[in-house]
Amino acid sequence: MWIYEKKLQYPVRVSKCDVRMAKFLIEQYGGADGELAAALRYLNQRYTVPDKVIGLLNDIGTEELAHLEMIATMVYKLTKDATAEEMERCGLGAHYANHDKALFYGNAAGVPWTATYIQAKGDPIADLYEDIAAEEKARATYQWLINMTDDTDLKDSLSFLREREIVHSQRFREAVEILKEERERKKVF
Amino acid sequence: MKKTGDNYYDLLLEIQQVDFVIIELNLYLNTHPNDQAAIAQYNECVQRSIQLKRNFEALYGPLTSFGYSFSPTPWQWGKAPWPWQV
Amino acid sequence: MHTFRKKYRVYVSPYDPCPPMTKKTYETPPQLYLGFQPYGLPQYPPSEALRQGTLWPALYAPYQSPYKDKYGKREADE
Repeated sequence: MWIYEKKLQYPVRVSKCDVRMAKFLIEQYGGADGELAAALRYLNQRYTVPDKVIGLLNDIGTEELAHLEMIATMVYKLTKDATAEEMERCGLGAHYANHDKALFYGNAAGVPWTATYIQAKGDPIADLYEDIAAEEKARATYQWLINMTDDTDLKDSLSFLREREIVHSQRFREAVEILKEERERKKVF
Repeated sequence: MKKTGDNYYDLLLEIQQVDFVIIELNLYLNTHPNDQAAIAQYNECVQRSIQLKRNFEALYGPLTSFGYSFSPTPWQWGKAPWPWQV
Repeated sequence: MHTFRKKYRVYVSPYDPCPPMTKKTYETPPQLYLGFQPYGLPQYPPSEALRQGTLWPALYAPYQSPYKDKYGKREADE
């Protein structure tokens, strides 16, 4: 069961009317390393990992849904007041022809999202290593997106999302350590 | 219910800040379940978050549905603004 | 303390068609070094934590474009 909370995790601001950027941001909406893929990957893997790490997959998967909403907010704000001509000029003509301003789960090149972006191997180490890699790839995507904009407010939100990938990667790395342990953990810090 | 003036953003930001600490501690505790200081801090933040949300909801309507917030009359949940609109 | 960005030189061929970018960079953020997070690390206050995207300075790595402009024309730190 999930409960919706009527707030964003982070206050997203977009201050430059740069429709062009919306097309690129969609990469993190429905791209291979995007937030939809992340959320669905972790929430699906949680059924077949040891109890010790279920909570982590569950909660990071849930947080990814909040990030998906942040990306959607950026795209929504950038496109809601754009004309058909502006959409076309910014490379979103094909998108507009099919979807008008509706968001669609695809990548920056317009390729629809596919379940083949994500894996569930049933081997907890293989799955957690995939998760670590997924976080690093998402971090890289945020870097390239930050490189492509000079909107300080947009950069601010993208930097937040990039930092979250770092923290998630850290936790997945810890999860691997937990699964490596021989017996119940009695660690002295 | 009030309109979304500056106060709306300020009060919301305060909730976002406390809830962010909660999320960070939550993920951390998932891999550090025996860190008592972190658990105490988590519980304090939950207390603070409940208070802030109660205050916010009295001014701007419910933050959650499905039984997690009380509703005033008339039913407020479906009313704008939604998070991506503000 | 580790650096969060590394640089490397790229081989330049006399037959390269475009002006060379002689140095490239890549990011090496703190999760690569921290190991299992110890108890009781210093924290940011809540307002700063949200702004930085983490509660712990030990996990914070700022990122700025290595290029001088958004089109990536020139690399920084020559």
